[in-house]
Parts: sequence; structure tokens; C-alpha cells
Amino acid sequence: MAGRTNLRTIPGFRALTLLCLFVLYAPLIVVTVYSFNASASITNWEGLSLRWYWDVFTGPDSGKFKTAAANSFLIAVSAATISTTIATLAATGMIRTGRFRARTLSFGLISLPLMVPEIVTAVATLIFFNAIALERGLLSILIAHVVFCIPFAYLPISARMQGIGPAYEEAALDLYATKRQTFTRILLPLMAPGIVSGYLLAFIVSLDDFIITNFVKGAGVETLPTAIFGAVKRGIQPNIMAISTLLLGLSILLVTLSWLVSRSDTTK
Amino acid sequence: MAGGTVSGSTASSTYREARGWLLLPAWSVLLFFSLAPVIMMLIYSFLTKEHRGGVIWEFSLSAYDQFFLDRGLFGDEPPRIQWTYIAIFWRSIWQAGAATLMSLVVGFPTAYFIATRPATARPLWVFLITIPYWVNLLIRTVSMKFLLREQGPLNDFLQWTGAIDSPLQIVNTNLAVQIGLFYSYLPFMVLPIYAAVERYDFALSEAAADLYASKWTTLRRILLPAVKPGVIAGCILVFVPSLGSFLAPDLLGGARNFMIGSLIEEQFKGNAGNWPFGAAASMILLTLVLLLLLVFARQQARAERRS
Amino acid sequence: MQTVMSETSSQNAIDVQNAVKRFGDFTALKQICLAIADNEFFTLLGPSGCGKTTLLRIIAGFDEVTEGSVRLYGEDLGALPPNRRPVNTVFQSYALFPHMSVLHNVSFGLEMLGKSPAEARERAGRMLELVQLSQFADRRPGQLSGGQQQRVALARALAPQPKLLLLDEPLSALDLKLRKAMRIELKHLQRETGITFVFVTHDQEEALTMSDRIAVMSEGELQQVGASREIYERPCNRFVANFIGDTNLLEVTVDRIEGARAACHLGGGHALICEAVEGVRDGARVHLSVRPERLFATAEPTGPEALAARVVENVFTGTDITSIVELAQGPRLTLRSSNSERGNRRIFEQGATCFVNMEAGAGRLLVD
Repeated sequence: MAGRTNLRTIPGFRALTLLCLFVLYAPLIVVTVYSFNASASITNWEGLSLRWYWDVFTGPDSGKFKTAAANSFLIAVSAATISTTIATLAATGMIRTGRFRARTLSFGLISLPLMVPEIVTAVATLIFFNAIALERGLLSILIAHVVFCIPFAYLPISARMQGIGPAYEEAALDLYATKRQTFTRILLPLMAPGIVSGYLLAFIVSLDDFIITNFVKGAGVETLPTAIFGAVKRGIQPNIMAISTLLLGLSILLVTLSWLVSRSDTTK
Repeated sequence: MAGGTVSGSTASSTYREARGWLLLPAWSVLLFFSLAPVIMMLIYSFLTKEHRGGVIWEFSLSAYDQFFLDRGLFGDEPPRIQWTYIAIFWRSIWQAGAATLMSLVVGFPTAYFIATRPATARPLWVFLITIPYWVNLLIRTVSMKFLLREQGPLNDFLQWTGAIDSPLQIVNTNLAVQIGLFYSYLPFMVLPIYAAVERYDFALSEAAADLYASKWTTLRRILLPAVKPGVIAGCILVFVPSLGSFLAPDLLGGARNFMIGSLIEEQFKGNAGNWPFGAAASMILLTLVLLLLLVFARQQARAERRS
Repeated sequence: MQTVMSETSSQNAIDVQNAVKRFGDFTALKQICLAIADNEFFTLLGPSGCGKTTLLRIIAGFDEVTEGSVRLYGEDLGALPPNRRPVNTVFQSYALFPHMSVLHNVSFGLEMLGKSPAEARERAGRMLELVQLSQFADRRPGQLSGGQQQRVALARALAPQPKLLLLDEPLSALDLKLRKAMRIELKHLQRETGITFVFVTHDQEEALTMSDRIAVMSEGELQQVGASREIYERPCNRFVANFIGDTNLLEVTVDRIEGARAACHLGGGHALICEAVEGVRDGARVHLSVRPERLFATAEPTGPEALAARVVENVFTGTDITSIVELAQGPRLTLRSSNSERGNRRIFEQGATCFVNMEAGAGRLLVD
């Protein structure tokens, strides 16, 4: 009977979903396509070419970009490593130690960087570094990045940890393992997907940050986003699109990896 | 009595003795580099400005005074309300609100559609929605500018189809900023609504339909109240970052479409260089956001108690 | 409440003395005293929330007593952590380590005890042989069926040769057929290894099948401790009579006590003679428990105690036929006869009148 329509489907929603995906991806696809443009102008299409990728690595700005990329990766690796370590310990402290009074407070503190608007964090951090007379440079960027990477690393790790029932560690203790052995031989391997996922997210977030970095970096110290921003302020150039496409591809690659890792749940 | 509280077997407490050591790094890093800076910012907002950036350690209310009151060019006139900065805040709220509405219009159907896919297909859909979020915001905003600009692909396409005769001027308008904000935070709208619809039991809709409710009535009276917390969460998650955003207004809005983020940035990076004023503006923004989050948290807690 | 305390407690595997466990305001265990003999298959039986799992977790070392003490072969366990107790557990969820092979799971405890990897693996291999899973040694637990996982969990807990094996509802996740087969296998394994088993379950049939002795628990207290038969046939209170098997619980008034016998009457005036129990006095209103399979119906009264009744309903359940009858002006009774006994015991049509007779010694008076 025609009147017996499915209660779940609403006409037009599929079309709006496709529109949503289109809106999300169109700008990225357009920039990717134009990064392969042979033309020196960003407006005209003159055929496929890797010219601007070549320019990124060997062109007049390549030195600047290479230094910025090296800074970005150095900071991202360090920030992700430090914040993931801190987040793993914190997740254990929050989820493996029973109920305690300061738990809500601790969670609030961990998610504080997510609640405060980025521009406010940037201002506060700049002011704080000024007040404690910390010289602005790679170290100040690293500290700021560790702080806002902690919640991003914490969330997948704690989600994973909450999924691991207490029976595994009880079984290990029951089988004569010490608490330390239980942590390293049972809990850590079981948490590994969450930790990898958290590490990758922290890495991407650090690599991508512009606003906070822009505030706390010293004069002359650039990361990729601040270098790109500086270049864009003088107008969008084709080489910027090439470098953006590279960075975009890397982010998508890492987030896909993180997704695949977090889906490989062995406890189910 | 619930088994969990009796046997204690649902919450692990294996590392109870080590709790302090496990939480110490997080606590110390976050207290020192996340909470302390906010407190320091509060202090700075009550200090006297140094002319080329920085502060003089002397108590002063002049930052807030400057924000709210107009005392004339030389500061000797009777104070009137200073509308300049309030107007910037108001415009920011308006822009963020418009972006939130746009996100809701596109995000709700998307979230609903994904949540009604087969369970095995959902993670992939969700993943497709979240990917763009992980791409550098700067690159995404630049891409949007590239797409929307006067000689950009969008105008080319519209002219080619004959829909318009001359290119539309989108960049450097309020609309461009709204589109930029919408584009930046759209996944934040989709995810919480998706979670709410996915949890929704469609047997309730069937029960309503069985009791002679039309499809539209079922949607409005049964489904919408059930997923309302998710909708509110989505709106907050789009509105809050939009309010303080810097890149979209800066790159897409141009000089006339100033928002809070740019106002604050200018105090530290630009020529105005008034740190206490920037700190005060940041404090006012932070207060607004925290108030919103507080209202939101109470609302969520109420919804949780009810279910 | 009954407690069985051995004279020389050092021979007992477990001695629980005045154990109290409180979680905040909630008292999970109230003054438990319990002795479990060496080489015994002992079952803690009770509904969920009765404290049986709490008691097991205390013996394992995952929880501590609030008051009282637990001794293992005479040695006070005190606050000894679980990894220093010669006690192993089979968990309800099995808790097999998903990232380790089956063999590695079984050898884990031995390695932690300091055995060389080669020796640990060799002994683990033998344990897998014992549970007939040798061919799955290199698989991950996730690749095994529920029954196989269950046997790996058993092998893992038995491998370190504990003095005591604790089993926390290990069969609850299996389907009925497998569960029945595992009951026999478990009993067999216990005899073969000579290890004391402490088994927790809420399934009375499981408890009756396997156990040497059963402790029935409710609301943090021991209700009765004894052999399967004793608990079934001589329940000490209404809870035990109700929880173990089916029973007819009838309110009776004791008319007079004559030596070991008590003359009583039911509602409606039906007179009965049963065995007297401690604490029953003349004129007391108590309960009588009679198992349905120990009642039978006849056309004519078999003696002065036969009760006139009318059949309300007959229910065929495969192995048995259950009849519900109503006494004249009195309570309803349930009778059960085995399907194979049709020749000896007569089933009356619905609505027919008959006489209900009790086998000698079948009725048990319950003071509380």
C-alpha cells in the first residue's frame, strides 16, 4: 500500500546530505585540482602540471617552507609524544583508580583547552609567557601545543580504556602478575589502538594549529601554517595551493590511519 | 541495589595507590599552562598599557572603561555608552548565529540520514563527515576564499550555466564570513545530532503511527523532543568557536566585517598594541562562552536525569 | 543459620570467620562464618545481589573484608594482594587476554611465577591437552567458540596448580546443552586434579548436579550449608525451600507435638502428621514444605491423612506431568509425576475429584 511509508525516511534528506558532503569537500577538491594547474595565474586553467609542486621544493620560497615544515614536524612529533604520554597516564589515573572526589574537576581541567575559545587561549598563553619572561620561540610553541593536544590525545585513549573491563587486570593479578607487569603486559597492549589514535590526532592538531602558534611564536620563527598565512596575506599563489594540497593529503592520511586503528577492536 | 555499586566490579580501582602520580603530569601542565594563563590574562586586563605592547604593573580600569564607555577624544567629556566594541560583539554574535542556523539546516538532515543508514554503513558516513574537520582550518578557509572569489570556480561555473551574467561579489561580505564559519564547524553540528538520532528508538515512532499520528506529527511530537539535547549540543558546538573565530572573518570578511577575534588579535599583533584592552576583550568573550557552556551543561544534566 | 566448622581448622581449605563486607552504607556480607574442606567441590548459591560474588572476590583478593578474617589452609590471607595468593579464578566473562595466543594465555601465570618460558609453555601445552584444545594453541581467544573459550579459561586458571580454584558463574554464557555437558566435565576435572573448587552460581540445578556441598546465600547471609540432598530434602527455612527446586509452601497450625512427630492442620481443617523440628511448639503457626513429586493422587483415600481435592489443571511438560489441585476450602497444591510413571500414578481429568497423599517423611516444617 502506498500510504505505508517508511517512518524513518524523510524525503529530501538524502539530497541535503549529499549537499552537505559537497559543501565539505568542494573547496578541498577545487584547491587540489588547481594545484596541478600549469598556469602561473590562479584564474586560468592551462592543463595539468607538477610545476608548483616542483616550485614548493626548489622555488625561491622553498628554503622558507622547508624550515617552516621542519619546525612544524619537530613540534608536532614532540607535542604529540609528550601529550600522549601525559594523556595515557591521566586516563589510567582517571579510569583505573576507582571513584574519587576530584574526578569531575580533573576532567574539567583536561577539557579546559577545548572549552576556551582558541583566540582567548592564544592571548592568555602569550600574556603568561610574557609574565614569566619565557623567550618566544620553538619552546614556547611546543609548550602551548602540548597543552591543547592533551584533550585530543586523552579522548580516544579514555574512550578505549573505558571499554576495557576490569576483569582483564584482575585476571592478570590473579595469575601472579604485579601491578606494573599488569600495566605493561595487559593494559598497554589493550589500550594500544586508543593510544595510536590519540597520538595521530594530537599530531594533526599540532601540525594544523595557526591561531595559537601565531601568537606565541617569536619573530622569524615560522611553522607551515604561519608561513602559509603570511604568504596568503600577499595573495593566493599557485605554490600555496600545492603546499596546501600536500598538507591536506597528509592530514587525511593520518586521520584515516587513526580511524582504521581505532576500529580494530580486539576485545570485542 | 545495582550490581556495580555492590561488587565494585564495573569500575576498576587497580591503580588506586598510584592515582596521584598518574594524574600529576596532566594536573601540573594544565594548571600551569592552561589555567594560570587565564588567571594572568584576567590580571593583565586590570593593568595599565605600555605603548608598544606589554603592560605597566599599575592597577587600572581603563581597559574595561574603554570597552564600555565613551569619554570623548580627550577623555574629559561626561561618559556615554561606547557602542563601537559592543557593536563588534553584537556583529560577531549575529554572524555566529547565522552560521549556526545554516549548519542546523544542512546538518540536521545529514545527521538524521546517516543515523538511519544500516549500522554497518554508519561509521563510514560519520568518518566522511569528520575528515574535513581534521584538515587545517587555515587551508580550508583559504580554499573557500579561492572557491568564492570573483574570478573563482564558483562564479565561473554560475556564469557558464547562464545563471548569472556578471560575477557575484561574495568575498568581503557578511555572507562570505557566514559561509566560512558554517564550513569550518559544520561537522560539530552533525555529530551530536547523529548520536542523538542513533540512540532514538524508532519503535516509539511506530507506536505513535499506530496510534494514528501522521508522519509529520510523529516527527514533531515524538522524535524532535527526544533528540533535542543533541540539537542544542550541535548549536553550542558551532556557535562557540564561531564567536571567537579569527580566520574566517580575517580572510573572507575583509576590513569592514570585523569580528571579536580580529579585534583581539589587533591588540597583540597589529599596530593598536593595547594589551590590557585585548585581555579585557578576551575576558568578556570568555565570560560569554563560559556562561553559554554553563547553561548548556545544566540543560544536558537535566536531560540526562530525565532519561 | 547453620555453620559447619571443622575441629582442626588447618585441614580446611578455606576458613571464613565473622566476615563482614560493607560498601558505603550497603552491607554486602553480614557476619559470614564458613569452612570449606580440602578437595571439596563447594558451591555458593543464591540470587543476584546475595553476596556470593563478593565472598568469592574476597577469597581471590580483589576485595578486602571490612571485619573478620579469611584463612587459606590455616594461613590468614589478610590484605595479601591477589598476585600473592595461591588461588586462581575462572571469570564469568573468562577475561582471556585478547592480544595473546591461547597458549600464551595459559602460560601467563606460570611465567609470572618465574618459570622459564620453555617450561611454562610445556606445562601450558599439557593443560591444553587436558581440556582437549591442543590444536587451537596458536589461535587468538576471539577465534574460539564460547565453550572453547570457557575451557581455555579453565586451563589458564589450573595451569599454575593453585591450592584453590574459584569459579564465578563460568557456565552462564553458554547455551543449555553445552552447560549441561560442562557440569559433568567440571566435576570430572575437579576429581582428577584434586584441587578444591569454589563455584558461584545462581542456578540451583547446576549447584545440585556438581557440588559436594552447597551454601545457600541470601541478602548477605548464609541460609543453609549442606550436601545437595540434605538441602533439597531438608531445607531449614522458607527461603531455601523456595529457592531450591519447586515446592508447596503451606501455612499450617501445629496442634500438638508427640515425640518426634507433630500433628498439624491446614487451612480448611485438613489434618496432617509430619516430622517435628526444633523450635516448633504446640499452637505455633508455621509453614510446611512438600515437594510436588512427593505428592500423589488416588481415587480412594490411602489413609486417614489423605486430602480430598479437585483437579484444577494438568500441565504436560515433556518429562513430567504437573497437576494443580485445590483442597476443599483450602489451599492449592502442585503435584508432579514423571511421564514414565504413568502406570503407577494416576492422572485425573480436569475437574475430577481425587485424594492427595503425601509420601512418608515428605513434609518438612519450617519455623522461619
